Amino acid sequence: MNNQKEAIILARDLTCVFGSGKKKFTAVDHVDFEIYNEEIISIVGESGSGKTTLARLLLHLQAITSGTLLFNGKPVTDKQEHWRKVQAVFQDPYASFNQFFSVESQLLACFNLFSEKFTDQEKQVRIDNALRSVGMEPAEVKEKFPFELSGGQMQRLLIARIFLIRPKVLIADEPTSMIDACLRASILDLLLSLKKELKMCIIFITHDIGLAHYVSDRVFVMCKGAIVETGHPDEIIGNPQHEYTKKLLEDIPVLHKAWLKE
Amino acid sequence: MTDAKNASEKPKVLLTVDNLGVHYKTRFGQTVQAVDGVSFSLAQGKVFGIAGESGCGKSTLVNGVMSLFIPPLFYSYGSVVVDGEDITKYDSERLRVEILGKKISMIPQGALNSLNPTRKVKHFATDVMRNHEKNLSKAEIYDRLEDRFEAIGLDPRVLNMFPIELSGGMKQRVVIGISTLMNPHVVIADEPTSALDVSTQKSVIRMLLDLMERKIFGSMIFITHELPLLYHVADDIAVMYKGKFVEVGESDQVIFRPRHEYSKQLMEAITKLSTTGERHSEGARL
Amino acid sequence: MKQFKLLCKSPWFVFGAAMFLFCIFVGVLYPMFSHTDPLLRGALPFEGPSREHWLGTNGEGQDMFSALLFGLRSSLFVGIAAGIFATIIGTVIGIVGGYKGGWVDNVLTLITNLFMVIPSILVLILIANSIEKRSMLLVAFIIGATTWPWTARAVSAQTSSLKNREHVSLAKLNGYGIVSILFMQILPYIMSYVFMVFIIQMATGILEEAAISMMGLGPYDSVTLGQIINQAQKTEAFSNGNWWAFMPATVLITALQFSLYVVNTSMEGIFNPRLRKES
Repeated sequence: MNNQKEAIILARDLTCVFGSGKKKFTAVDHVDFEIYNEEIISIVGESGSGKTTLARLLLHLQAITSGTLLFNGKPVTDKQEHWRKVQAVFQDPYASFNQFFSVESQLLACFNLFSEKFTDQEKQVRIDNALRSVGMEPAEVKEKFPFELSGGQMQRLLIARIFLIRPKVLIADEPTSMIDACLRASILDLLLSLKKELKMCIIFITHDIGLAHYVSDRVFVMCKGAIVETGHPDEIIGNPQHEYTKKLLEDIPVLHKAWLKE
Repeated sequence: MTDAKNASEKPKVLLTVDNLGVHYKTRFGQTVQAVDGVSFSLAQGKVFGIAGESGCGKSTLVNGVMSLFIPPLFYSYGSVVVDGEDITKYDSERLRVEILGKKISMIPQGALNSLNPTRKVKHFATDVMRNHEKNLSKAEIYDRLEDRFEAIGLDPRVLNMFPIELSGGMKQRVVIGISTLMNPHVVIADEPTSALDVSTQKSVIRMLLDLMERKIFGSMIFITHELPLLYHVADDIAVMYKGKFVEVGESDQVIFRPRHEYSKQLMEAITKLSTTGERHSEGARL
Repeated sequence: MKQFKLLCKSPWFVFGAAMFLFCIFVGVLYPMFSHTDPLLRGALPFEGPSREHWLGTNGEGQDMFSALLFGLRSSLFVGIAAGIFATIIGTVIGIVGGYKGGWVDNVLTLITNLFMVIPSILVLILIANSIEKRSMLLVAFIIGATTWPWTARAVSAQTSSLKNREHVSLAKLNGYGIVSILFMQILPYIMSYVFMVFIIQMATGILEEAAISMMGLGPYDSVTLGQIINQAQKTEAFSNGNWWAFMPATVLITALQFSLYVVNTSMEGIFNPRLRKES
């Protein structure tokens, strides 16, 4: 009971079904969980496990088939309001920006979310600050178009967008999987410093258990639409309980462990 | 490169790539040197791994090793020697008949997805055999295919199936079965498992190594951006960066004691984000 | 922009576009400066080409050369207007259906398919027959209203493949509504495609206008290329061997079609990623 009050996100029997009849496919299958303020959660699963659908449910980009999903103890009625509090960074930075508009105009688009009015100058100051926080020089990038930037730079811009909106929950759907390995850690560190500054909660959606181990306070393991195991990353990796988690950990190639020969 | 067990009997070298350069022309007329002075050689029973980020020239190198220069890809310089002959000098017809599929064969990622869905597995396999032995009868081919599939642990019934009837892992096994039909000297596996889940990935890799052990094919070039996987599969690893091999060596050395600045960075990033590495929250907060 | 530069390098595109633009140029300029009235019966019927009448006269004794250029203007007008109508109707229906999906898409697809299987030329004949006063704009509208399904289908397919792209999700997360998303996030991406179909719709418009005018159901307020042929047919120019009464119009229609198809094909080579050889 006590937990339910504190949880910023609470899901009970959350289910999402696509199609109907023979083609019916349950992407998220009666899932229960709660996420608390300022927590870092990783939802780990392979492709087709339903983790991206779960992320879209949390963002209210996908309609819930059945079950309840509460945000701050209340169901979401006003999406605009919800998106001020819950935001996302997506997997493919190249696909995340409209290539026909400049960086500046796409950052300005965020102000559409706020009910209060800003003057143009205020907007510019905020954008400049956000860009500096992600290590970019405003004058250099504002006029540019997405296709003139690298994948890493675009991912930084997506994070700058989060700096502007300052949400309470950030859903990061495979934020580093399309970025070169060398840049991966720096993007993660940026996200983590952002978390500290905004005192928000981050939900990482990933297939990379190493990443989940590095960043998260708790890990949810997803398989075929269900959350099969939750726990502290060290517990999950050191002492997995569920068959699926055991198999997963055994089959992922890791540098310091024999993989092919038993 | 001088393993203790191989010291007495030096394994036969199957492929030698010497100072190979490949460039392509963009649609706007610029020339990009995608592969720049790459050299390596591949011996019987060895797996040569190539690591690199997307856009480093890995896939262009694959085409280069097969001497498959289809515009906008062009040969710049260097040689690829198979059985004592430089195949970069071959014309496309001779290459198709004598080399491709027979001496050098390729396993692309998700191959069966792009194939004609109205044809059965056996038709694709027949194509490969007909390319090299024109006068075989259908019955003879099917007999041999069945024997072969059985021998490499694939159910011969898949021969009569359509690509869409197979699961992702099965498709990749079938592709491996088909591309090793002619017992090639060299198999090039370009991210052969990146579309598969980890459990299937393991079994597909096992199959590949098993086939090589049984001399179904001679040696393998294995390309992936996933370093832990590469470490477990490859004997030697080359790190590719901007079209060049910045580092070549035994896997242990390249992974754990990298010398080049770029490979150091790469390995650092990998170890940081691994299940055995330090956790961020503890590392930063405490 | 890069793609446009690339287009200009394609000799076929330049050839087709130049040919079509030349037709527009002549079709617009000549009637503006000409003092010859194409309807004026200023000579004997079926006079052969001469210095006075470059392309002879028709069965009514009207000057063929000026009739041809006035006809060109009207045909282009009908073709372009029909193309615009078809593109607007088709794009709106396609983009909404493709984006909304579900039952909205099902209903719109049903309507699109219905219009597709109805032979448009029949509908055209029926409508044209039942309306007494057919202006050029009305004829263009009738043509557009029967040829839009092709645009709708193409646009719908493109839209449904785009709607799950991350920049669309991001626009939703920025709180934008459907209209803004369709116009700002989806339309720019399919614009080149829409333009390609527009060119084909224009060609179809010119051809269909010629077809119904040949049957005598064209616009009543002007001379069009189809009407020239209709006129020639009525006055039995074919059997009398008066080639100048119908050949130039036929050649012009063919040339217009040819130039538009060449433009479309060369654009497809550049815009369609499947046909384009990626480097």
